[in-house]
Amino acid sequence: MSLVPYLLAYAGIAVFVIAVVARIRMYSSMPMHLRWELYPVPHEKSRAAHGGSYLEEVEWWTKPREVSKLAEAKAMATEIGFLEALHKHNRPLWWSSFPFHFGLYLSIAATVLMIAGGVLSRVAGGLMASSLGSVWRAGMVFTGVLGSALVIIGAVGLLKKRLSDPDLADFTTPADIFNLAFFVVAFGCAFATFVLFDRDFALASRFVGNLVTFNLQPVAGGGAGVMLGLSVSLLAGLVGYIPLTHMSHFVGKYFAYHSVRWGDEPNLKGGPHEPAIVANLMQKVTWAGSHIQSEGQKNWVEIATMDYKQYGGGEKK
Amino acid sequence: MKTSPSIHDLPRPGDVSVSHLDLQDQEPLPPPFDKIDQEPGIKPLSQAAREKYVNLDDTIAVNIPKPKTQEEKDRLVQGFISGMRKLFNAGDNWTFLQPLVLSMEHCARCQTCSDSCHIYTESGKNPLYRPTYRSEIFRRLYFKHVKGSSGGRGDIELTWEGVVKLIELSYRCNLCRRCAQTCPIGVDNGLIAREIRKVASQELGIRPRELHEDGSMLQQKVGSSTGMSSIVVKDNMDFIDEDMTEKTGMTLKTPWDVEGADVLLMHNAGEILAWPENPGAFGLLMEAAGISWTLSSELAAYDSINYGLFYDDVQYARTLIKHISAAKKLKVKKIVMGECGHAHKGMCVISDRILQGDLNVPRESWLPFMADLVKQGRFKFDKSRNDFPVTLHDPCNITRLMGIVQPQRDIMRAVVPEHRFREMTPHGVNNYCCGGGSGFAIIGGHNFPEWRFHATGRKKMRQILNAFQGEPMDKEHPKYVCAPCSNCKGQIRDMLKYYDAWEKAGINYGGLVELMVNALVGAKPGFIDWEWH
Repeated sequence: MSLVPYLLAYAGIAVFVIAVVARIRMYSSMPMHLRWELYPVPHEKSRAAHGGSYLEEVEWWTKPREVSKLAEAKAMATEIGFLEALHKHNRPLWWSSFPFHFGLYLSIAATVLMIAGGVLSRVAGGLMASSLGSVWRAGMVFTGVLGSALVIIGAVGLLKKRLSDPDLADFTTPADIFNLAFFVVAFGCAFATFVLFDRDFALASRFVGNLVTFNLQPVAGGGAGVMLGLSVSLLAGLVGYIPLTHMSHFVGKYFAYHSVRWGDEPNLKGGPHEPAIVANLMQKVTWAGSHIQSEGQKNWVEIATMDYKQYGGGEKK
Repeated sequence: MKTSPSIHDLPRPGDVSVSHLDLQDQEPLPPPFDKIDQEPGIKPLSQAAREKYVNLDDTIAVNIPKPKTQEEKDRLVQGFISGMRKLFNAGDNWTFLQPLVLSMEHCARCQTCSDSCHIYTESGKNPLYRPTYRSEIFRRLYFKHVKGSSGGRGDIELTWEGVVKLIELSYRCNLCRRCAQTCPIGVDNGLIAREIRKVASQELGIRPRELHEDGSMLQQKVGSSTGMSSIVVKDNMDFIDEDMTEKTGMTLKTPWDVEGADVLLMHNAGEILAWPENPGAFGLLMEAAGISWTLSSELAAYDSINYGLFYDDVQYARTLIKHISAAKKLKVKKIVMGECGHAHKGMCVISDRILQGDLNVPRESWLPFMADLVKQGRFKFDKSRNDFPVTLHDPCNITRLMGIVQPQRDIMRAVVPEHRFREMTPHGVNNYCCGGGSGFAIIGGHNFPEWRFHATGRKKMRQILNAFQGEPMDKEHPKYVCAPCSNCKGQIRDMLKYYDAWEKAGINYGGLVELMVNALVGAKPGFIDWEWH
């Protein structure tokens, strides 16, 4: 095992962080858009059950707005954890997509347990040497193995559907096939490493510990080293690749739900939205349609308040 | 013409349609219209239309003439690319930039949305009508021409035929956003259809005449898309006042331009011409409840429609400003929107991040307003006057897109005997579009209305018939479809007429205020006269 897996792991993590931050910044820096919510909106407290909103209340602007962040969190938890929308609206796909996503969550959990276990071993070695440490390690192996297996099962299922479902065929690109195949190969390699060389995750834990402490020593030689290095390299490539594709929907979904679907916060007179509204309305309009009559010079206020004679010509009924 | 077109068939050069709606692929309706071979068909598109206009699917909504010169063809392609780029420019499209980019970047193309679409499912699952068909083409064009790299998202050619057909295809979606409701990621194919319409209108000057020249432009010029000036609308309302007074025995004199009124009521002016009993019923209820209210005769303010909502942000903003300016001028306490779904959404929701300062006049739906008056006991109803089967259509703009679901049911409970009311399945925020949404109800060229009844309206027709199953299906047993939205009502009227559902099954339609006045103690019985109109 060489330095390469360490370097690839750092690179993968760095690309992931940079790409995710860039995407978050891209969405965050976009101008405030018009309201485009879609009901049901879960934070609408008791009204959420029938899909209602505060607009059901007469003179809603005179009344305190009741928002349940707990209900919103619950909706998020079931959507993220259980893929509720897919379960409800596309059950055949859910049978593959759910294990795939849940496997990813378990794999992330296993990685977190490895990192936390490494830290605890250093700061509380006695604790990790006790029975609690054994439980910890068993949990780590369980989540890691189950997670990898579920990712593989899910990705194979999704791949099969992509290749065989006529409804998907016209929309499937080579990149879709590559993406799923990449998951199968990367997690398949990791799973094989576990089966052949690392049943207790000792090598993987040591590698993660070294990675966190910048101690770039080989953790194994021979076949084990090759397999571990290959697994790490593939997983690192995957980590860096995901946010560069549509699979970055874990970022997009946050904005699609919170900013668009559930974005029902009203703009009250003198409220905090007004400066952003004014800034938007001052933007120049360059649309070329003959009825716009901006010629790239006028802002939204000017074209919206323009006299009809300036843009209407001689339309006749 | 293909029965199962690929996305690559759309931009293919040539003079043939990509696909079309085949009645033989459709599921029969419930009884008594369950014989598909006895249904009125879709008349073929005329030869003259085929020669003059680009043909997507053997019907036409937009009427885009075939370009005659290479220059015209190039203008279509270059204009479309230029317009697409502006969609992703914060200055030109701050209105929907973030929702659009989210829908471009993250679609997994899993087709979860397809089965939620009434058009796709009722077409016999013709791929052309998938919510994702036009979106996927547009998405590939976005990566190629806006981002500069397909990035593995798949390629697509951009031809002038593709531009024109994609624009026409953007008018095969009701913008009901039922597909967006089911998307696990939050991708919004309805929004994408609307954004394509915007490129066509705002950059290329292409849109259905009914929405633009005869719609928003006419409204901004003379005051209403019906063509009524303020003088004409006042005359018409005078007639309605007289008619309502005679019909109900309650005195009605519609107040105009009352400064400082509590409520500025805004109607879809189509009601005044097509269903005068609707604004009449509103007036009677306002007077019976003792409300300080007024209509406005200011330019555009006596017509709540805002067709820009369907195709053009600039036109939307222009009409909105006219509406709000009238309210500001009258110094009313609030604007209350009458029975018009898109006007509700346009005035109460979409406008919310445009209006600020003094222009931010409080605005609300008539539904909570009236439900509150009912709750306060301002009216006395005799439910037995509405002793006939009633079902309720939920306008998408009011329910799924505004979350107003219960007030109309509270009113319904107050005026209709419980055993006579039956919900459609599904209803509320999971409802299906009437089929007239996003302007379809007023687009009437060629054979488009027939296509509309078979493709976009068929699910609603199915729901209506299902709601009344178990009732005698004849004219001797009248049944009422309550559609508290002018566009929905127009679509349902046209569709019931198409199937001759009043004569053959006793199914009539109307608004909710009509049911209220029909049960109003103090008004002469028989407000709903069961005449087909």
